[in-house]
Amino acid sequence: MKRVSLAVSLAAAAALSVTAASAQTLKTIKDRGTLSCGVSQGLPGFSSPDDKGNWTGLDVDVCRAIAAAVLNDPTKIKFVPLSAKDRFTALQSGEIDVLSRNTTWTISRDTSLGANFTGVTYYDGQGFMVKKSLKVNSALELNSASVCVQTGTTTELNLADYFKGNNMKYEVIAFGTIDEAVKAYESGRCDVFTDDVSGLYASRLKLANPADHVVLPEVISKEPLGPMVRHGDDQWFDIVKWTLFAMITAEELGVTQKNVDEMAKSDKPEMKRVFGTDGNLGEQLGLTKDWVSRIVKAVGNYGEAFDRNVGTGSKLGIARGLNNLWNKGGIQYAPPIR
Amino acid sequence: MSIAPRKPPSQTLATLQRALGGRSGWSGFVVQLLFAAILGWLAYEIIANARANLQAQRITAGFDFLRNNAGFDVNQTLIPYSGADSYTRVFVVGLLNTLLVSVIGIVFSTILGFIVALGRLSPNWLLSKLAGGYVELIRNLPLLFQILFWYLAVLGALPNPRQSISLFGLVFLSNRGLIVPRPIGEVGFEPFVVAVLVGIVVAIALWRYARKQLYQHGHVVKVWPYALGAVIGLPLIMALVFGAPVTFEVPVLKGFNFAGGSRLIPEFVALALALSIYTAAFIAEIVRAGILSVHKGQMEAGSSLGLQRGTVLRLIVIPQALRVILPPLTNQYLNVTKNSSLAVAIGYPDLVSVFAGTSLSQTGQAIEIIGITMGVYLLISLVTSAIMSVYGWRISRSMG
Repeated sequence: MKRVSLAVSLAAAAALSVTAASAQTLKTIKDRGTLSCGVSQGLPGFSSPDDKGNWTGLDVDVCRAIAAAVLNDPTKIKFVPLSAKDRFTALQSGEIDVLSRNTTWTISRDTSLGANFTGVTYYDGQGFMVKKSLKVNSALELNSASVCVQTGTTTELNLADYFKGNNMKYEVIAFGTIDEAVKAYESGRCDVFTDDVSGLYASRLKLANPADHVVLPEVISKEPLGPMVRHGDDQWFDIVKWTLFAMITAEELGVTQKNVDEMAKSDKPEMKRVFGTDGNLGEQLGLTKDWVSRIVKAVGNYGEAFDRNVGTGSKLGIARGLNNLWNKGGIQYAPPIR
Repeated sequence: MSIAPRKPPSQTLATLQRALGGRSGWSGFVVQLLFAAILGWLAYEIIANARANLQAQRITAGFDFLRNNAGFDVNQTLIPYSGADSYTRVFVVGLLNTLLVSVIGIVFSTILGFIVALGRLSPNWLLSKLAGGYVELIRNLPLLFQILFWYLAVLGALPNPRQSISLFGLVFLSNRGLIVPRPIGEVGFEPFVVAVLVGIVVAIALWRYARKQLYQHGHVVKVWPYALGAVIGLPLIMALVFGAPVTFEVPVLKGFNFAGGSRLIPEFVALALALSIYTAAFIAEIVRAGILSVHKGQMEAGSSLGLQRGTVLRLIVIPQALRVILPPLTNQYLNVTKNSSLAVAIGYPDLVSVFAGTSLSQTGQAIEIIGITMGVYLLISLVTSAIMSVYGWRISRSMG
């Protein structure tokens, strides 16, 4: 019933609030003392709670970085787990300040939802997972298959396009949450489970015998995943956007969680601008001069966060690929901090 | 000079005054008018404000999206549908799926509920305890849990299509559902259907004739052999003359799934089963209460006339019990429709799942879609209530 209550609260908010979208997200968060961050209901590597209720993941680290920059404390966050269907409504209704929930950036989402994407935290693409025992080597061999998918996603639309485009028949069974879809796939209701490739690796970890399942080589779509904020507050939009850029810039400059204090003392002009010993770039954002140090101290640079959550340092073991820096063969790129 | 009789005051005006103003007359009418005006103004303010705020946040509003392509597929459609169809069609597909599972649920829960109620009232100790146990067990477990139980534990345990349970190589049961041969109409199909209809009409006429003979003249006329002959014999003759009315397309395992044949998807089966079984427990108690509300003297009187227990129940007790049963029974029917929205948990494509779920998140137009969906459920419920009211009215009228 969460879905309905969200929609109703949106309706109520839209109908009763006298002023339109407040342009005061930053002030609201500071007064409240916590950042409200919309995350997934449990996707290992991106956002999932452990047995003590601590959230970890790449999407979670983006929230922690924002909280560190704004509140100087990466733990002052209220995580709001959302299904794919509820996520935009939660953002529109003001229940969350930022949506950091493996959400694909598309034009229609940018234009019609009253929200904006602030950047790309992970360049992904959609793939398929099948049981090894089926001996399928390519997605083009999936004619007549039953496919489990999470409803309300771009995945569901790409799936329809792909099978239609290749003149293949299929049966789609769409579930409200990723866990229900994975459970149905595991029980044999479906031959195929489809999701973003990173999501496939993450979900495979939850299966009883991960080794019995294989991710097919085809990547059928572009899925740039990133955080979203509401329209109407450009300052907050800038803060969320530049938090991610700060993490990427830190990696470019070789600033890590360990050496950040040392690097902050650097005399190089670029370093001085980034760490706020020269100029007031952070204050212009509405933050403090040491905003970059705060972010890197809290979660490390982008590369560290990637490795720790989804990369070689994690159970997922996904290669950097497209998500490497632009000067190392990937496409992650931050505009200059100056 | 004649005295003109005084004209009585206009009755129409008085009626109007009473209808509009109640007991307090015209002043009451003014109060009502004011109240309606305030309500209308509030509604206008809410809508106008919502529109302004949505516009200020640049959230798309309005109903234009209904014409856009949906772009996603649905795995059970009663009308032809593909991803290239509009959101309006998605809405109809979802609505029909909701109505289908609701009607099936209502029919089966009513039948099962009556059986369980009669079982619980039966003098047979074992039967009565079994029925009592059924009611206590089923109505005390949450419905969502039962739906998941049927879907994951029972239907999920069925073998995969390649090892499906086969019945004579025609019917296949697997975790993809129940697949049966699909009938395809041939040349003899239309005469066959006409013959069946004629047979049924003849049978009804015969039965009415027999009843008339019994009520008016006290003769028992044996008509069932003729009725049976009409219902079965006529179509049989047509089939012999025109050839087989239908041929069957037998499902064949092809690739991952069966090709051909008709299929009941497990999501539908699980939902229909859970809804029927769950609601039947409540209906059983309603029916039991209704039957117990009929004075036991009626039962005894029936028995003393030499009627059997079943006949007494059918002809004397249940018709009187229906008056008590109907209002709470209507409630249960409304519950079936509303509870069917739990379908989303197991991926059955009902209205809430495909329209208030998938369509909502693909378009982001929460207010419009939730509004439409609430309106539709309200309409379904009101129509159900209206049908039951008419039925209840006919029953009380027939009993005087």
